Amino acid sequence: MVIKNLDDLRKIKETAKQATSARHENGTQVIVGMGTCGIAAGARTVMTAILEEISRRGIQNVSVMQTGCIGMCQREPLVDVVRPGEPRVTYGNVKPEDVPRIISEHLVNGRIVGDLVVAKI
Amino acid sequence: MEKLARAHVLVCGGTGCSSSGSKEIIPEMRDKLKEKGMDMEVKVVETGCHGLCELGPLVIVYPEGVFYIRVKPADVDEIIENHLIKGRVVERLLYREPATLATVPDYDDIAFYKKQKRYALVNCGHINPESLEEYIGADGYEGLAKALSMKPEEVIGEVKKSGLRGRGGGGFPTGNKWQFTRAAAGDKKYVICNADEGDPGAFMDRSVLEGDPHRILEGMIICGYSVGADEGYIYCRAEYPLAIKRLQGAIKQAMDTGLLGENILGSGFNFTIHIKEGAGAFVCGEETALIASIEGRRGMPRPRPPFPANSGLWGKPSNINNVETFANIPSILRDGGDYFASQGTETSKGTKVFALTGKINNTGLAEVPMGITMREIIYDIGGGIPDGKKFKAVQIGGPSGGCLPEQLLDLAIDYESLTKAGAMMGSGGLVVMDETTCMVDVARYFLNFTQDESCGKCTPCREGTKRMLEILNRICDGHGTDDDIPLLESLASSIKAGSLCALGQTAPNPVLSTLNFFRNDYEAHIKDHKCPAGVCAAFVGYTITDNCRGCGLCKKVCPVDAITGEIKGKHLIDPNKCIKCGACQAKCPFKAIDKG
Repeated sequence: MVIKNLDDLRKIKETAKQATSARHENGTQVIVGMGTCGIAAGARTVMTAILEEISRRGIQNVSVMQTGCIGMCQREPLVDVVRPGEPRVTYGNVKPEDVPRIISEHLVNGRIVGDLVVAKI
Repeated sequence: MEKLARAHVLVCGGTGCSSSGSKEIIPEMRDKLKEKGMDMEVKVVETGCHGLCELGPLVIVYPEGVFYIRVKPADVDEIIENHLIKGRVVERLLYREPATLATVPDYDDIAFYKKQKRYALVNCGHINPESLEEYIGADGYEGLAKALSMKPEEVIGEVKKSGLRGRGGGGFPTGNKWQFTRAAAGDKKYVICNADEGDPGAFMDRSVLEGDPHRILEGMIICGYSVGADEGYIYCRAEYPLAIKRLQGAIKQAMDTGLLGENILGSGFNFTIHIKEGAGAFVCGEETALIASIEGRRGMPRPRPPFPANSGLWGKPSNINNVETFANIPSILRDGGDYFASQGTETSKGTKVFALTGKINNTGLAEVPMGITMREIIYDIGGGIPDGKKFKAVQIGGPSGGCLPEQLLDLAIDYESLTKAGAMMGSGGLVVMDETTCMVDVARYFLNFTQDESCGKCTPCREGTKRMLEILNRICDGHGTDDDIPLLESLASSIKAGSLCALGQTAPNPVLSTLNFFRNDYEAHIKDHKCPAGVCAAFVGYTITDNCRGCGLCKKVCPVDAITGEIKGKHLIDPNKCIKCGACQAKCPFKAIDKG
């Protein structure tokens, strides 16, 4: 790879920014319940699906975090989405195949996926 | 394309944390993550120095930005199980504020970092120093791209506007220096980076070289473009093997991608950089001695003028700047000189990195705006003096600097104010001393260093520092005379006046400043035959008090059999045999041994 001009430099910068985005202040948070209950219900595959979807779409400014049990174990895997300045929305019984819908509807377009929501805090 | 990692585990791989064991954490972390099938979603990154080396190895987990200290390989499991899988912070590895002992999980909330303004150190500890992409991702080489689109004179104008002054100690305006080299006649010119960091306790240059090597290359390329040089040298001491390795890697990456070499970024400008390893002589930090050393001659200063700007390396015009100076250049070009100049005082702009050591809770590197007070650095950032002891003095500017007392703690720090107070900015070493420090002993320590490092060219420096050291030794050994203080002062002024380079001109500073602010310490040694701080062995004696229960531990631990006594009876120290090592006092379980 040879960097010939400013445009080449900017291209590398974009990719590198995305790759290191976890280290910066990010706008939107996606929080996966990873208590014993969450993991037992399949939270790991859901998290992997979330990461894949985000990198596939090249979405910037998102951090994927995990949290412990919040007590609603029967609805695990739970996934919370917090957009800046908006209430925290909790989705329940999330399956890997639901992930693309949550990402495209809620993260990208700001529309809550009604049929999966269990709570709004 | 690399898969997006949800979490980044940053493990410090600087020299400090490496020696406290971070090298074992990284493979352990990678192996354990792989075992759990998490190696694709959690990225382990080896970074440069965060500046809080004393608490290393440091591990920071993003996106939460949780700051873990003194992490051992055995802790890796817990970090993965609790933090990375379940999202629970590992409380016992968190940093605690020295004053309140409260745990602080967030990097940004730690008092040590809160008052800092990281400009030269901005990437240190936050990017992988061996990755060109991560440097570019952190706005790297954008300053160079901008500089190459400007005229060389405009680049110098921007540096002048920033008010940046030499960070190696001299404090000469950087823009003016560049201007002189540009104006010098000659078609072959050089850029030299002075990485011969030699002050005891100072390690800011090493941290930048290890943690952000591309920043130095970028600064040097910009300088080369503006002064009209096509070749650069980094003179780095061989005692910095990691810095040299990272620099070599960075130079190779820059050559491979065309950021060094011919026709950089399509501008038609060519530049290459070589590394010259120095053998670590203190005097080689002096620019003419450094140049002599690169040329393969003995590292000795020569009279100036001619200045290196006119006749430097191999007689060609050469621009020489310190590592920290170059580290500031890329951002000055990218953000403009005005932004840099908005920080600091009237005469000293921007920020300065200080290396905090000595009797202070948070030892490490702190970058602060010029004009901050010593009190803020020592108490707010440094966390104050440990063990409830009282502050006595702060030594600033390395062996050429001076010791400042408590009444000057509120002095706003800049080049001028420090020189006026009898110290100097130097490279930014800050050694904090508490009430148990003997100032005569401190002066002796620093003079011992400069005496050792004097190259021997000038008689006043070579012989004068030796005579001064003899006098200080005499005072510390209890044989001081009334003539010693005036004699020290007269020698000091002759050495200052009669030495060619800054080493000799500043070598008496530690003695002069301690004589100025702590004359009582000297007089107590000479007149009262006492060392008020109880440091100088000649004046110290140990006695056993009536608290002695006769356990016999002191007798056992004494290396010279100076203690006599029967079990359950009071013991005695023979002052003629005692070598004042203090082992008995440290061992006594009943605090029955007094020092005085």
